[in-house]
Amino acid sequence: MTAELGLAALWLAAALALLQLALAAMALAGREELLNGVRPVAVVQAVLALLAFAVLIRLFVVVDLSVELVALNDASTKPLLYRFAGAWGNHEGSMLMWVAILGLSGACVALLERRLPERTLVATLGTQAAIGLGFYAFLLFASNPFQRLVPAPAEGQGLNPLLQDPGLAFHPPTLYLGYVGLSIAFSFACGALLTRQVDAALARAMRPWVLGAWVFLTLGITAGSYWAYYELGWGGWWFWDPVENASLMPWLAATALLHSVAVLATRDSLRAWTVMLAVVAFSMSMIGTFLVRSGILTSVHAFAVDPRRGAFILVLLALYIGGALALFAARAGTVQEGRTFEPVSREGSLVANNLLLSAILGIVLVGTLYPLLAEAVTGEKLSVGPPYFNAAAGPLALLLVTIMVAGPLLRWRRDRLAALGRRVALPAGLALAALIALLVAAPGVRLLPLLGLVLAAGVALGSLAPLWGRNLRRTPMFTWGMVIGHLGVAVALAGMASESAFTRETLVALAPGQTAQVGPWRIRFDAVEPIAGPNWTALEATLQADRGGAPLLLKPQARFFPSPPTETSEAAIATRWDGQLYTVIGKGDEAGRWQLRLWWKPFVTLIWLGGALIAVGGVLSLLGRVRRERRAAERLAWL
Amino acid sequence: MALKTIRWLLWVPLILFVGFVALVASGLVTPSTHEIRSQLIGKPLPDFALPPALPAKPGLARVELGQGKPRLVNIFASWCVPCATESAQLATLKRAGVEIDGIAIRDRPEDLTRFLGRYGDPYARIGADRDSSVQMALGSSGVPETFVIDGAGVIRLQHVGEIRPEHVAGILAAVEAAK
Amino acid sequence: MKRAALLLLLTVPGAALADSAMPAAALADTQLPDPAQERQAKALMETLRCLVCQGQSIADSDAELAGDMRALVRRRIAAGEKPEAIREWLVARYGAWVSYQPPLDAVTWPLWALPLLLLVGGAWLARGRFRRRRA
Repeated sequence: MTAELGLAALWLAAALALLQLALAAMALAGREELLNGVRPVAVVQAVLALLAFAVLIRLFVVVDLSVELVALNDASTKPLLYRFAGAWGNHEGSMLMWVAILGLSGACVALLERRLPERTLVATLGTQAAIGLGFYAFLLFASNPFQRLVPAPAEGQGLNPLLQDPGLAFHPPTLYLGYVGLSIAFSFACGALLTRQVDAALARAMRPWVLGAWVFLTLGITAGSYWAYYELGWGGWWFWDPVENASLMPWLAATALLHSVAVLATRDSLRAWTVMLAVVAFSMSMIGTFLVRSGILTSVHAFAVDPRRGAFILVLLALYIGGALALFAARAGTVQEGRTFEPVSREGSLVANNLLLSAILGIVLVGTLYPLLAEAVTGEKLSVGPPYFNAAAGPLALLLVTIMVAGPLLRWRRDRLAALGRRVALPAGLALAALIALLVAAPGVRLLPLLGLVLAAGVALGSLAPLWGRNLRRTPMFTWGMVIGHLGVAVALAGMASESAFTRETLVALAPGQTAQVGPWRIRFDAVEPIAGPNWTALEATLQADRGGAPLLLKPQARFFPSPPTETSEAAIATRWDGQLYTVIGKGDEAGRWQLRLWWKPFVTLIWLGGALIAVGGVLSLLGRVRRERRAAERLAWL
Repeated sequence: MALKTIRWLLWVPLILFVGFVALVASGLVTPSTHEIRSQLIGKPLPDFALPPALPAKPGLARVELGQGKPRLVNIFASWCVPCATESAQLATLKRAGVEIDGIAIRDRPEDLTRFLGRYGDPYARIGADRDSSVQMALGSSGVPETFVIDGAGVIRLQHVGEIRPEHVAGILAAVEAAK
Repeated sequence: MKRAALLLLLTVPGAALADSAMPAAALADTQLPDPAQERQAKALMETLRCLVCQGQSIADSDAELAGDMRALVRRRIAAGEKPEAIREWLVARYGAWVSYQPPLDAVTWPLWALPLLLLVGGAWLARGRFRRRRA
């Protein structure tokens, strides 16, 4: 019975989305009396979508095998956490989660947003409903999560073991929150184009959603990268794989949007450009989802691939993005561009930031699609991978990071280069010192990592410069957010460059009792034992690592999951303040020796620590902005 | 940015997007195969010399191919399930007068003897390619694969995957054309 | 795939695995004694695509053929061959697909020119926003 309740809620939610769209369209067409009806409909739609999603979670937790999706993806032997998270660890469930979050965000806009003109808000909610409607149709007609299975099997088929991991259980929801947040920015942009109200008020309404989405995307990418690092078992943290690129593209667009929204909100400039970026950011989320789901590109992370569903998503994507871009082309010409500024100014640096981020986005997008394009044109297969992306995007990223130091130290509208020079003298000095130290102490580091390390040192100090000479307690929270976010970039850059420059690798076949050396560590291989986990069995090696001081115990495993039959490699990772020791057990041979892969990765953890700092910076900015706006609103109310 | 001044520029994103949709739609309609084909078709076989995979049968070297008559080179392995399913088709080809040589990938004599005993042995020679190096030299990326080599030692055809009954005629035609 | 075999004994009997019973090739998982050569080999392996995997480099793959390709790379590097010559040898056999580093040719020059095109185009778009400095 429960499954039917979920399906009914889903149909009702879809009907309400249709109603919401119709009401908004009629209200904008002149039936002003309908303006007030849109907000409540958005709220009820959200409640129904959330109800449907809650029903699905319940079906997974109680393992109701009479539902096809549960039978295919769940198993009563799974731990509770994975039965719970299994609800969205599959195509249908994840799409349902997507519309539930979309509905929830629409309800939040409907309940909270008071700054925009009512017509723009209604146009925004109408756009939201249109987006929701497409995904409801997708669920109901092409991916019904509540489909019954007759007869019900005795046991479910389980979840892909690679996905049975706490990090990954919460990775998709995080990314989805980011995507949906960008859909709100998209709706705001379309709403404002429809009512021709592109101004600073729009930017202020959009900003918290962009910031929130950006925080979730940052967390999602950081977590996804760490997951790939420890789960795939090869010590790499970024492969420029199509699926990774698909998650990076919306982040790049959102980062650019975040900064251009700041210009629009503060200086009322870059109006059409900001609207364009808002459209692009969500478009990149949809394109990313499409590339991942359609299986059109070969990826190491492809789990849920289905060309038929790919076609459905492509139609939705063509309608929404094509519609928004056509609206932009027709309306953006009437948008006043706002104020001008001098090249050496805060705005100038933010334009450079947008330019570089957009160029990197273009490189990632075109590089990801180029094999498809080349094969369509010439029939020849082609691969575009790390050598291209590093060479093409790496220098631009380093330039971007350099400008990141200068930007916050420049005044709005106009400034002088000489004055900037004085403000960045200290960070530049530190970077120079780092360069000399590295050339002396570690010769032979390749150019890109070397530049990365040098810049990281300068940028870390430079990102703190906006705080110098200020009363720290009276510094606004969003300034703290910016400083910490930029510091996070420096920290992540330091981790990436250090991993690239200083990683030590040892591949060795050892018999029990033998030792090997990797970096400063002496590794002794003690034994291999079979062990049994809750829903897997494994061969577990025992390693002792020693570099003076107390030895560490590491237990890498080769795991086998019976349902569905899959083999995974569980790396054992020991984290120290100055890096990680990463160990993997491979095959055994007839002589009783086991293949071991050992890595010492100095300061690799800074990559994800930096990612977390960036997200913390985003949260502080968000809180700071919301607080300031609330105070401003209170002052207005007082007057 | 200065989008206001140049109206036609505003349409550029839409045009690019239409191109994107056309590209991926064509990709969806005709999905790319994951097959990686050898680039050596129409080119002479590279030089190689493989030791015998079984004591009772000679190994395979470049000099034995391209001696005036076309031959098939079948890349296979005893541990490969599809290889077992094509044995009947290889026997048919052999009965039709085609001479077949084998390259056994990463195989052990005892496994190979068992495999040939069970599924039949159409091979004149079998070379043992223990580290796939000749397979790579031919531009082959899996087992089974079958190459048609003409009388001058030029690769004429690469058949990827097992030979099914419907493929036999095509391979016979390629052998005929290579004469 | 002895590990797999052992694991199968531990759990479900009779699952079919398409892997040989032979151990990995000598240099598949053994580093070259000369660190400089090993660095060269590793850098090359990271840019060669595994033929039978879903988008992994041969340096990051458990596939047998990837192991054999690693052995081939190390063997040739140890024999003094230049990494780019090995890449060309493989591209001549498998096409540009096997290399993650796209060549610079008639098909790929737009890809390599892209960063410059984007920067110039973007700067041209942005120029109207700037006001000239007042004297």
